Amino acid sequence: MEQLLQHLVNGLVLGGTYALLGIGLTLIFGLMSVVNFAHGEFYTLGAYATFGALALAGLPFFLALAAAIVLGALVGALCERTLLRPLRRESIDTVMLVMIGVWIAMQNTELLVWGGVARSIPHPFPTAPLTLGPLNIAPVRLFVVAAAAALIGASWLLIQRTRLGTAMRATFQDRDTAALMGVPIGQIHTITFAFGSALAAAAGALLGPVFLAYPSMGDLASLKAFSVVILGGLGNLAGATLGGLLLGVAEELGAGYVSSGYRDAVGFVAIILVLLFRPAGLFARAERVG
Amino acid sequence: MIVRVLLAVAALALVTAPAWLVSPYHLHVLIMAGIFTILALSLNLLLGYTGQLSLGHAAFFGIGAYTSALLALKLDWSFWLALPSAAVTAGFAGWAIGRLALKLRGAYFVLVTISFAGVISLVSINWMELTNGPLGLPGVPPPELGPWTLRTKPAYYYLVLAGAALTYLVCHRLVRSRIGRALVALRENEPLAESVGIDATRYLVLAAVISAALAGIAGSLYAHYTRFVSPEVFLFSYTVTMVIMVIAGGQGTLVGPVIGAILFTALPEALREAVAWQWQMLAYGVVLIVLVFFLPRGIVPSVARWRRSRAF
Repeated sequence: MEQLLQHLVNGLVLGGTYALLGIGLTLIFGLMSVVNFAHGEFYTLGAYATFGALALAGLPFFLALAAAIVLGALVGALCERTLLRPLRRESIDTVMLVMIGVWIAMQNTELLVWGGVARSIPHPFPTAPLTLGPLNIAPVRLFVVAAAAALIGASWLLIQRTRLGTAMRATFQDRDTAALMGVPIGQIHTITFAFGSALAAAAGALLGPVFLAYPSMGDLASLKAFSVVILGGLGNLAGATLGGLLLGVAEELGAGYVSSGYRDAVGFVAIILVLLFRPAGLFARAERVG
Repeated sequence: MIVRVLLAVAALALVTAPAWLVSPYHLHVLIMAGIFTILALSLNLLLGYTGQLSLGHAAFFGIGAYTSALLALKLDWSFWLALPSAAVTAGFAGWAIGRLALKLRGAYFVLVTISFAGVISLVSINWMELTNGPLGLPGVPPPELGPWTLRTKPAYYYLVLAGAALTYLVCHRLVRSRIGRALVALRENEPLAESVGIDATRYLVLAAVISAALAGIAGSLYAHYTRFVSPEVFLFSYTVTMVIMVIAGGQGTLVGPVIGAILFTALPEALREAVAWQWQMLAYGVVLIVLVFFLPRGIVPSVARWRRSRAF
């Protein structure tokens, strides 16, 4: 029982960051119809940016996190302006190929800049775990959950309560009608991609200090993000949040009770099963896929 | 006319390659180009003729390599039995994935194929008793042909050349048959094709099975050539290389993937002296982006169009 609780708590730590990854990806897909295979690379970017800001620029930890998120947004905006905007009229498959190219190019740029050695990102939290009754949790993990929850809450407020969020939701529902109502679609696309990329960078910046930063870390992150989005239903924000938590917990339970070697298989199996049996996602009421 | 002469010269050059290529290293590059030709042709059946992108194609290659290596090592099967078994096993995997995933299209199909490759790769790493895990299987025996052992590079080259030529012929016959026409019809307009009685799932699954079986053959040829199989055969970069070969050469043509395979095997090897491996992968990414922007139909269709426009 105590072991189960411990797995659940660890799962929520992972799940919070998976939810961040998933929200970013689901926004980009839902709004722009871009299958963003480079999403995980923004996660890698976030982790390395934090490492660089801490180790090279000597910034304090929280400022380094903020810098990583801002950098994620900037690179995302740049990517949208230079590569995605000219291809907006192209088919979804063409754009997907370009994003696969971006994925490979970004990953190998990281490899060239930082080398293949895994880097450990220093953090200011004490290493001794906090003991809460039967549970042990490292303070840094507690911080990751809190920060992820705050970012998810902020995203939700942005999308549900602001004028920009209204414009984004309008574009999501019907791009042409939104354009007729005066929504600047081009800008909304840039902002959406930058926002989604910033969330991925935030996930990388938060998980980087818990694990390690290495160039291919984004591959798994991309797949996790896709699993989350598929679990939650494409374009479904609340679904992505729930899907992220669910995947995190499922992975921890899988690693704890089945085999730690197959931890990452949980996401793959989830993708396959959900797409086969509930292609609209676990939480969809209406058909969203199309 | 010019094309025929060029093709004849190219064919002659390929058949006599071991005679005029002095360095065994260059022959090695040609052998790998042959194996990748089979892979590119096999991926092209799915991507080029049905329009479905499989980003798990390395899984079929790896399944073929492991099947062949395991049968040869654990059961002492000869290469000539192991190779068809590899094709059958990979084809069966293709059938299973096709049955399951070809209800889906586009991005969803891509994701199922990636996930499938991910699971298979994890199995190859974790199932120590069967696959020896990350250490891999060394000592895969070379094929034997009557009294000879195809241990030398020239001998293996002819084996791979024959395999690539057969694959080309199979693909050629296939795409010009009723099946090939049905696949193209499905790619161009699925509802219309179904309205004239083409069973989409049946034909797409058939294409997936043949494509996977061919990739399995390439895997078997690879295993008995390098004589070592490890979970690296499932590396995503293999799949990416195949995709780039097909798209750069020209998807939906038969010559395109062949040219793409030779070009993108030889080019990195030529660049190897000049630049580090990381630059090469970086260049792959950039090449893919540039191709989609400037040469979306690939080299062969673009050249064909250029020739047509000059003819008038």
